[in-house]
Amino acid sequence: MTDALTDALQPYGDLDFESWVCPAPLRETPSVVMGHGGGGVMSGELVEHLFLPAFGAAAAAELGDSAVLRLGGLRLAFSTDSFVVKPMVFPGGSIGDLAVNGTVNDLAMSGAVPMFLSTAFILQEGTDLGELARIAQDMGAAAAAAGVQLVTGDTKVVDTASGDGVYINTSGIGLIPDGVDINPRRARPGDAVLISGDIGVHGVAVMSCREGLEFGTAVASDTAALHGLVADMIATGADLHVLRDPTRGGVAASLNEIARAAGVGIDLVERQLPIPASVQDACSLLGLDPLQVANEGKLIAFVPPESADQVLATLQAHPLGQGARRIGTCVEEHPGMVVARTALGGTRVVGMPIGEQLPRIC
Amino acid sequence: MKYLDEFSDPDLAQRLLDQIHAATSRRWAMMEVCGGQTHSIIRHGIDQLLPDAVEMIHGPGCPVCVTPLEIIDRALAIAARPEVIFCSFGDMLRVPGSSQDLFAVKSAGGDVRVVYSPLDALKLARQNPDREVVFFGIGFETTAPANAMAVHQAKQLGVSNFSLLVSHVLVPPAMAAIMESPTCRVQAFLAAGHVCSVMGTAEYPPLAAKYRVPIVVTGFEPLDILEGIRRTVIQLEAGRHEMENAYPRAVRAEGNPAAMEMLRDVFEVTDRTWRGIGMIPQSGWRLAPKYRAFDAEQRFDVAGIRTAESALCRSGEVLQGLIKPHECAAFGKQCTPRNPLGATMVSSEGACAAYHTYRRLELVDAT
Repeated sequence: MTDALTDALQPYGDLDFESWVCPAPLRETPSVVMGHGGGGVMSGELVEHLFLPAFGAAAAAELGDSAVLRLGGLRLAFSTDSFVVKPMVFPGGSIGDLAVNGTVNDLAMSGAVPMFLSTAFILQEGTDLGELARIAQDMGAAAAAAGVQLVTGDTKVVDTASGDGVYINTSGIGLIPDGVDINPRRARPGDAVLISGDIGVHGVAVMSCREGLEFGTAVASDTAALHGLVADMIATGADLHVLRDPTRGGVAASLNEIARAAGVGIDLVERQLPIPASVQDACSLLGLDPLQVANEGKLIAFVPPESADQVLATLQAHPLGQGARRIGTCVEEHPGMVVARTALGGTRVVGMPIGEQLPRIC
Repeated sequence: MKYLDEFSDPDLAQRLLDQIHAATSRRWAMMEVCGGQTHSIIRHGIDQLLPDAVEMIHGPGCPVCVTPLEIIDRALAIAARPEVIFCSFGDMLRVPGSSQDLFAVKSAGGDVRVVYSPLDALKLARQNPDREVVFFGIGFETTAPANAMAVHQAKQLGVSNFSLLVSHVLVPPAMAAIMESPTCRVQAFLAAGHVCSVMGTAEYPPLAAKYRVPIVVTGFEPLDILEGIRRTVIQLEAGRHEMENAYPRAVRAEGNPAAMEMLRDVFEVTDRTWRGIGMIPQSGWRLAPKYRAFDAEQRFDVAGIRTAESALCRSGEVLQGLIKPHECAAFGKQCTPRNPLGATMVSSEGACAAYHTYRRLELVDAT
């Protein structure tokens, strides 16, 4: 066993759950509410005030999309994600596609080449086996397309009252190439902020077929594995500072997290945001901000200004980045805050979503 | 809906702004009545672009914000009952009652569901004949027709397990109450376009005449709002006080006769308490006697629940335009969208939430 692993496992002996008290009790809710899974402020509080204090010294998390582990001379990216999307099949994909692409993308956002995935199922008693087979086939096809192997797994069944269809957890390991250092804390004033394409597509596609809300739209989920796009970006030789895939909580949550992690401000130009009319219309109807709606096949990149044009051209040359645009700039002012210039010339703060806008979107 | 883009065109907006600047010779304070307009003004930064002399006072037109605490507590009591499926628009779930909100009731096992139409709630009632389905019918004249239709259909179809928790409020009596207040600073109104699309414009000329204020029926897109402000400034500068319709693409003088007929059939006018403002006579609707069997307050015997507001929260003064949200000592401190003390911090149409969401930058710089 390497020294790093020995060190990481050592503190388990000191954990004492009996005497554990919550250092900052979660405020008004004594129980879990849907917002705790929304990827916004409430999710962050759960991690900060409950999980991390309880894990104590055993926690070695940097709270990025994936952990970076050093083994011998290698740097491995390690990430895990659970999928509870409802409905399980939606325009453009299924929970099976998300389960593979979601974890592949979490790994890719550290610059890693995704290699191995685990897959664990929690199945509700009574789930149709044909539907499960379709989901499993989607996973196989997505893994093959992404060039990753599904190397271990597990299946559990819960009774009818305890579940809702199929829940999937995937964990993944990837290898980070030498010289690549992509990390939210590396955002610098002056960096160009790029996005690889249209915003808000996945969230609207799932909402459009949700029970009680069916509305006609041509929008299909953008679920896709992004590591090929990332590989092309790395191949330009540009010093990529930050990559993030804006899933739950959307572009707003990702940019706020980056602004806080790096202690920088972010200025957006609303007129530059690639929001398709169909997404804008659905959001107007539902009272949502497209910046807070989930994406499953887009990435945000922070790159030094001198590399912006080159990286943007590389994105646009890739099938998954054709709609790429520069949407803003990283600034010294208003650290920790994202500010948008409106189309009329005013300004507004782009906030961190609080709970969930759209529960169970991935 | 490319159509909507045309109503946010920056070049046209600048032309309207130039005209407003040119027309303004002194200080004016006007109130946009509707929370949707407040949201749009703050969201697009319109108030930052107006002349300093034109002040927008944010009115009480947010249905979530003015629903009294005791109605929320009654909703919570009903939603916690095991036989009930409680249906609501999403905004109401986070509004704090005196001890918890609907999310907390849901988390504790209550069957609370977000629906986008009361007719979906009626459908749920027909699908679940062994449960009681209650819809939280709040809002102004805009949401009332669909609620009326749901109750009307329930009666026609004999769906006896459906009921409505009604807290409907009416805009014109609230405008009159604001003008009657001794501390009133309002010199003109942008009237709520969507309310007028249902009810027409006949209620406004008497108000304009009695209180000598211009009332301009205004829409919600940036250009709609700028056009409403432009026409209001021109009236104020000329010393006129008339009702004008600046939203003719949606509003006809006679309103929507079919909707009004349905409203007359299902509802009757009643006194209503407005959160933060108090009781305004004849300012709301309740179910008419022949539909009273569908009244959830009676069915679940919750009308006796009475509660008082937080002492810290000054949402009443915000709703009356007496203070701006950030002038409240609790703003951004004890009271945030994450932990709202009052409803104006909850709804996206609430003035406090709009300031907190979009205006932290200036507010931080100013302190």
